[in-house]
Amino acid sequence: MRLKALSLWGRYAMISLRAQMQYRASFWALLIASVVLHSAEFFGIWALFDRFGQIRGWSLAEIGVCYGLCGIAFALAEGLGRGFDAFANMTRYGHFDRLLLRPLSTEFQVAAQEVQLMRLGRLVQASVVLLVSLSWLNVDWSPSIVLLLIWCLVGGFCAFYGLLIVQATICFWTIESLEAMNAITYGGVETAQFPLTIYRDGFRRFFTFVVPVAGMNYLPVTYLVGKGGGWEVWCAPLLGAAFLIVALRFWRFGASKYASTGS
Amino acid sequence: MDRTNLLGRPLTAFWAIARARFLSLLQYRTAAAAGAFTQIVFGLIRIMIFEAFYRSSVGDQPLTLEQTITYIWLGQALFALQPYTIDADLRNGIMTGGVVFDLVKPLNLHSFWLARSVSNRLAPCLLRILPVLIFASFYGLKPPGGWYEGCAFGLALFGALAVSSALSTLISTTLIWTIAGDGVSRLFVAMSYLFSGLIIPLALFPDWAQSLLAILPFRAMADTPFNAYLGRIPPNELGMALAHQWGWAIGLALFGRWITGRAVRRIVTQGG
Repeated sequence: MRLKALSLWGRYAMISLRAQMQYRASFWALLIASVVLHSAEFFGIWALFDRFGQIRGWSLAEIGVCYGLCGIAFALAEGLGRGFDAFANMTRYGHFDRLLLRPLSTEFQVAAQEVQLMRLGRLVQASVVLLVSLSWLNVDWSPSIVLLLIWCLVGGFCAFYGLLIVQATICFWTIESLEAMNAITYGGVETAQFPLTIYRDGFRRFFTFVVPVAGMNYLPVTYLVGKGGGWEVWCAPLLGAAFLIVALRFWRFGASKYASTGS
Repeated sequence: MDRTNLLGRPLTAFWAIARARFLSLLQYRTAAAAGAFTQIVFGLIRIMIFEAFYRSSVGDQPLTLEQTITYIWLGQALFALQPYTIDADLRNGIMTGGVVFDLVKPLNLHSFWLARSVSNRLAPCLLRILPVLIFASFYGLKPPGGWYEGCAFGLALFGALAVSSALSTLISTTLIWTIAGDGVSRLFVAMSYLFSGLIIPLALFPDWAQSLLAILPFRAMADTPFNAYLGRIPPNELGMALAHQWGWAIGLALFGRWITGRAVRRIVTQGG
């Protein structure tokens, strides 16, 4: 069953990718535009370091690792979770009813809805920032560090994906998309680009324990640059996974309360 | 239709279109509330980041932390004034061919779009500005230093609106060439986001970039009014700052008008 679902997801994904490649010129233009947009954003961070030198003892390369991990995780979540991101259209026009008729779970069908190729732009830009930053840092490479980086990405991906699911689930009640959720999703991305120590307490706790997007890269990065590290370094990304499980529960609850719209 | 009769009235038509669009946009109050909330959250995050930067260095900076915080809040409050939104009706019109209905109207197409663009900036901005400013006044936003600063800020806002409207109309026009993609428009958005001062105050950019930033049109939409507010534009430089704004506004509008005229000549609408 699991295997069948996976191959089915692959087919959905292929269809979605082929559809997007129909507009080849448009695809490249958007890709380049998004690389430039995010590079402009990072140029802003660079300019601040050029002026101030450091932020609370963190260097540009160290921030670069945080920024890169956060960017990759978010780009993957947005690219693969587009179905949840654009879910408001399904409730608004009553398309969700169709999903209920098929012999597959709704979360699977929504997740397989679309793979957004455009997010490659952010993925590429964030990967470059991450790799360049790592090469500046003289990291003592070991298998455990590679594992930790991957583990961080998994944790961050889960947290951001969970956020998209929560955002979509709210549509079961509000029908329209709840714009205010953007403040938390994008605010979380903005926050996680810097190490948590620079923020005020309440804010830091919110993005560590309630919406665990910022914890997943901060603690592992401290270990990477030799500023800390213990067992909690490995546990931080787990919060992201836990958040995803809760988000999925919330989704099932929301779907069970769904009362359709339209005629 | 006899167009000569209408020659004396394009301005009336311009205001009528702008007004109608403005009034219809004032209906989107929930979106405005959500927008204001988002701007407040981002303002808080960015202020915390700047606080951390300022407390990490002892050197003198072109802006004090207090000035930077006020600058950031002004940027959050006036975010909707920036040319980041593409007119959705216009885009649909170009995609579906509905743009021909706009061509039938006895008004220059560019003027029609420009009039809409003015309202597309102004209405969402007016709806969001008060909640953000009220919240911000509890979190570090300082009032302008005096009457001069307040008036200069007000004057510069008009220029900002003009440049932003002209630029966003020009960006929308590029959609005629690239039907499905808005890559070009996003590139413009990225540039104006960075070079207007919305990401970081322009004064904090490296010194070598300053002369380039001073010439580009983007600062007119945010940095110029914010500097006026902070009293960083003395009376003898105000004229120059306003001239920079209006020079670009008029230049961009004329260029947009020319390019729209060319585009219209080769437009091919699909469908019957």
